[in-house]
Amino acid sequence: MNVTGSSLRLPLRLILLALVTVVVQESAVSQISIFGVSADITPLVVMSVGLLAGSLPGAIMGFGTGLLVDTVLVQTLGVTSLLYIAIGYWSGRLRELRDPAHGLVPLAAGAAATAVAGLGMTLIQFLLGVDAPVSLLLLQQIFITVLVNTLIALPVYALVRRVVQPVLPDDPRRRRRRAYTTGGLSPLQRPSQRLGQISRGSP
Amino acid sequence: MLALLVGVSLILLTAYFGESPSSPLHNVQRGIVEVVSPLQQGASTVLSPVKDVAGWFSDTLQAKSQNDQLHAQLNKATKALAYYEQKATLTSQLEAQLKLDDTNSISSYQPVSADVIGADPTLWYQTIEIDQGSDDGITMNDPVTGSGALVGKVTELGSSFSIVTLITDHTFAVTAEVLDGTGETGVLLPAVGSPNQLLLQDLPSSATGIQSGQLVVTAGFKDPQDPDLNSLYPPGIPIGTVSSANQNELLNNQQVQVAPAANLRHLSVVQVLTRPHAGTARAQVP
Repeated sequence: MNVTGSSLRLPLRLILLALVTVVVQESAVSQISIFGVSADITPLVVMSVGLLAGSLPGAIMGFGTGLLVDTVLVQTLGVTSLLYIAIGYWSGRLRELRDPAHGLVPLAAGAAATAVAGLGMTLIQFLLGVDAPVSLLLLQQIFITVLVNTLIALPVYALVRRVVQPVLPDDPRRRRRRAYTTGGLSPLQRPSQRLGQISRGSP
Repeated sequence: MLALLVGVSLILLTAYFGESPSSPLHNVQRGIVEVVSPLQQGASTVLSPVKDVAGWFSDTLQAKSQNDQLHAQLNKATKALAYYEQKATLTSQLEAQLKLDDTNSISSYQPVSADVIGADPTLWYQTIEIDQGSDDGITMNDPVTGSGALVGKVTELGSSFSIVTLITDHTFAVTAEVLDGTGETGVLLPAVGSPNQLLLQDLPSSATGIQSGQLVVTAGFKDPQDPDLNSLYPPGIPIGTVSSANQNELLNNQQVQVAPAANLRHLSVVQVLTRPHAGTARAQVP
């Protein structure tokens, strides 16, 4: 019974996270103009979930968030979810293949996720047909959106980590790396003790 | 699993794209929005101080550059005001003599005020969501104004919400007239990717008198033979001003650039004109 409860905790948190993200995005963030564009936290949240939880949860989160965005804005269903699946999956693969530990990784991943969302939407719109003339300023607007999103990528990642991290299953590779960086595999041995041993052995 | 998600997305996209607005998928979508819109309304109210503070910073950053532009506009407007005040006096005298009615003023179209509770962040779909729907007398394609200018039209309708497609959306088009003295008329289209720019196209090649700063308003037309051909927008609603009128572009492409009058990224309250086809008989010439 406990196992079922704990296994449901992650999906429940992700569903709640997706709903809150979309509501906050459409109700507040979209209405705030920075350098003529609005920030878009939805690809950043999907990217963060992928980086923290892996490719499959990332892809599912991308699908769900995208579908919710398309539904709430009464847009063509499937367009945003298709793009966000790619964002969630590839950020998850980045974690699984490289396991990047640098603190600035969410910054670069956030920029890439926003660029994929902006350029992907442009490509899909061209494929579906555009009735109006398209200005080259579109590329400039996408670039500014990428910059704005990059600035907020770290706080968004930190918030998502606070929500998701407590219910994530412990990853053996991360546990091993944590052990190395904190001074030893044994939890009984403190780094200060190890340093003391070294100094005693040296001439 | 990944292939399944991609497959479902593609099926939804294909099914939705080919369906009519009354199809089951659209109905499900509208039903979900009915449920989510009170949440959005609440979030919009709760987060309004944050929006206001961010808006204040954004406005302050733009204020310096706007100041010079507005000074130049004010000088032009002062000259124009004197001219139009003189004309207005003459017009009101003539209207009184000819017993013309004033049914083409904005107030006669029964405007319904609405709060903006959601906005789309993408550069392609330029839509906003408002907290008034069919229960408040709004119908499909009703024109929507904000800051005294046209901002879009109602394209999706629920009982308690409406989706407004803005004039910068790639699906939008409206017949518009330049108030340059001759009233040159063209089709106003957005320039996708440039939210502060619209294009007034299909102008007559003789429209060489158009200059920067001239007001652009909805043209509005009525066909007495076929009421279905009537314009969705009543005449005379301001849209923006001519921002660039290059004579070469005017001669070769018959188009000028127009800057929207309303700040479309910073709309908080709008008005929906629920009876856009109000004024029927405008004049009773003796």
